[in-house]
Amino acid sequence: MAATDVDIFSNEEKRNLSLGGHVGFDSLPDQLVSKSVTQGFCFNILCVGETGIGKSTLMNTLFNTMFENEEASHYQNGVCMRPRTYDLQESNVHLKLTIVDTVGFGDQINKEESYKPIVDYIDTQFENYLQEELKIKRSLFNYHDGRIHICLYFISPTGHSLKSLDLVTMKKLDSKVNIIPIIAKADTISKSELHKFKIKIMSELVSNGVQIYQFPTDDDAVTEINSSMNAHLPFAVVGSIEEVKVGNKMVRARQYPWGVVQVENESHCDFVKLREMLIRVNMEDLREQTHTRHYELYRRCKLEEMGFTDTDPDCQPFSLQETYEAKRKEFMGDLQKKEEEMRQMFVNKVKETEAELKEKERELHNKFEQLKHMHQEEKRKVEEKRRDLEEEMNAFNRRKVAAETLALAQPLKKDKDKKN
Amino acid sequence: MIERPESTVASIAQRNLEGYVGFANLPNQVYRKSVKRGFEFTLMVVGESGLGKSTLINSLFLTDLYSKDYPGPSLRIKKTVQVEQSKVLVKEGGVQLTLTIVDTPGFGDAVDNSNCWQPVINFIDSKCEDFLNAESRVNRRLMPDNRVHCCLYFIAPSGHGLKPLDIEFMKRLHDKVNVIPLIAKADTLTPEECQLFKKQIMKEIQEHKIKIYEFPDTEDDEDSKLIRKIKERMPLAVVGSNVVIEVNGKKVRGRQYPWGVAEVENGEHCDFTVLRNMLIRTHMQDLKDVTNNVHYENYRSKKLAAVTCNGGVDTSKTKNQMTRSPLAQMEEERREHVMKMKKMETEMEQVFEMKVKEKKQKLKDSEAELERRHEQMKKNLEAQYKELEEKRRHYEEERSNWEAQQRILEQQKLDASKTMEKNKKKGKIF
Repeated sequence: MAATDVDIFSNEEKRNLSLGGHVGFDSLPDQLVSKSVTQGFCFNILCVGETGIGKSTLMNTLFNTMFENEEASHYQNGVCMRPRTYDLQESNVHLKLTIVDTVGFGDQINKEESYKPIVDYIDTQFENYLQEELKIKRSLFNYHDGRIHICLYFISPTGHSLKSLDLVTMKKLDSKVNIIPIIAKADTISKSELHKFKIKIMSELVSNGVQIYQFPTDDDAVTEINSSMNAHLPFAVVGSIEEVKVGNKMVRARQYPWGVVQVENESHCDFVKLREMLIRVNMEDLREQTHTRHYELYRRCKLEEMGFTDTDPDCQPFSLQETYEAKRKEFMGDLQKKEEEMRQMFVNKVKETEAELKEKERELHNKFEQLKHMHQEEKRKVEEKRRDLEEEMNAFNRRKVAAETLALAQPLKKDKDKKN
Repeated sequence: MIERPESTVASIAQRNLEGYVGFANLPNQVYRKSVKRGFEFTLMVVGESGLGKSTLINSLFLTDLYSKDYPGPSLRIKKTVQVEQSKVLVKEGGVQLTLTIVDTPGFGDAVDNSNCWQPVINFIDSKCEDFLNAESRVNRRLMPDNRVHCCLYFIAPSGHGLKPLDIEFMKRLHDKVNVIPLIAKADTLTPEECQLFKKQIMKEIQEHKIKIYEFPDTEDDEDSKLIRKIKERMPLAVVGSNVVIEVNGKKVRGRQYPWGVAEVENGEHCDFTVLRNMLIRTHMQDLKDVTNNVHYENYRSKKLAAVTCNGGVDTSKTKNQMTRSPLAQMEEERREHVMKMKKMETEMEQVFEMKVKEKKQKLKDSEAELERRHEQMKKNLEAQYKELEEKRRHYEEERSNWEAQQRILEQQKLDASKTMEKNKKKGKIF
């Protein structure tokens, strides 16, 4: 669709030029940053784990605030998703945080369908974004993005291995969302057990082909820290909102008779590592991955389902307009065909019924003819009988008359005889 | 005024943090990523030849974009308006910028300049089209943003007002690209003349409802003061030069005249610094945002509306259609059509049923009639039979009576004749 009456002479070779002084575009990243800060950020976390495993507590600990959470019962019929959105601010940065909880996960006797509501929720968010992106008049810049950026999968601290529910669920989710597996309630596992547990879990994930989120190592500034953290997965965390006095400071911890588990003590648990990775270092990368990888995959599948391709049979790239026009033509043609079909079916039906009715009419006619025949027969018979009777009667009358005439003639003879 | 989009904030719960969380580091993460990605910017310069466009570009970017090897637009003599782009890669402070300069040699230079803006419009549209297609592909990759982010329009320093060509051009392009009008070669105007000229131009721009690029409102007081200052100086009067001259011991860039040196970077001499700061140091990102959120979206919605609504004649319907994607629109149409067909089908069914019923009824009636007649005839026949039977009985009775009578008569006669015979025999004796 290039302009037809323009010669576009493009120097596609990019010349590298050196600047003779300070131009000032090195402020571009700052301009971009200040724009994003004014706009505000948005982040969506999905917590998947059994009831009572410590999801809400961990969220409270992670974000240092009390989110509302009613304790869920164990008697839910199925898994239901509970998203809650909060507005947080730290220094000059506004964050719209959405925490999605899976209520009732792992409680049912039959857990085969447990993963479905989760997958559906994630897909719905993608679908909503896709719909907004495809609208004719759209406003993407102030669209509230509900796509899940990170899924924290809470693993039960059994110390042995992953449960089959865990494997099944993570396998279903790994192509749709960034997954970070974490070992919950890690204060029930000793250090050596934890080490073995982590190795077991990671090897199980690898052998089952589950793709969890890898902290990016391609950016020089964060390669080192990210690659070292990758080795500590899954993070063993402990959450707590209560504070305990340790030394002369109040720290968040869990108080046991045998000691105090400090949440922010790196030798006690990996909470600090999780916070570093999730929030301080890689939040933006998680958002980017969600958009450029998971969302694009969803979008590609959806569009292909709807019949869109990038190239027509001649391998010429379609322009959007052409694609839509082609679709529209196809669609109209389809409708026309359906209409025709319906009409045709109708015409056939009419013909059939007409034939049927004609058949019936003919039958009736035949019956009528038959009856007529019968009647005529009967009539004839009656006529015959009548004639017979008439004949007999006539014969009888004749006899009578004959006899009477005879009788009349006889007395004359008698008289005659008498006279003699 | 170009409408800026309002961001809506949904009602959500507010929470206060009770300690360190760490997402205040997000801006740094964004900074890092953007530096890694690099930036791109496309700047278009439009104006008649000889207005100093190339010099200004070189001055702005402190580089020899246009040099002997790569001559500027005015030095390339063209018969018709051309649109040409040059891409350069510049680095500063770790930030990489892919700068694309688009010029339009031949603009306004012909005797008849009607439609000389058309190639420009076509170029801008084609860039938007490319972006739209890339964005709409099934397999999307990171798309380079080649859309024109800013158009610097050079006004000749006549001192009187805008020329018809200026007005025509700006009117046609103001809703396709960010237009920033500049007064070129401002060193031919005295400050007072310049003031009057600027006032006149702004008046004409308002009269013709031309929407030039507007600076966004900021909440920061400092910034809004600065912005107001810039707004007062619009359109910016610029002078360009890359020649370094020594003035009072200082090395400055400027133009040497017998009567003095017009310094490029002196705010009292011209508005070059303002332009540079605004264009590069403070509002480059905003220019890109406005292009993306306003101009491009305009183009896109127009394009897609044309495809789905077939021109969108019926405004009441199109408003509804705008809130959907073209596919959803087709779905809706499909559903409507299916409903229509269903209705038609039921109607036809009804009519059909009625006719069938009618015919069946008729048949039934005929059959009933037939039955009736058959019955009647039967009755008739039976009656006849009965009558006949009666008659016969009657006749039989009569006959047997008569026969009996006859027999008696016969007997009598026989007896009589016997007695007569006897009497005869007796009579003879007498």
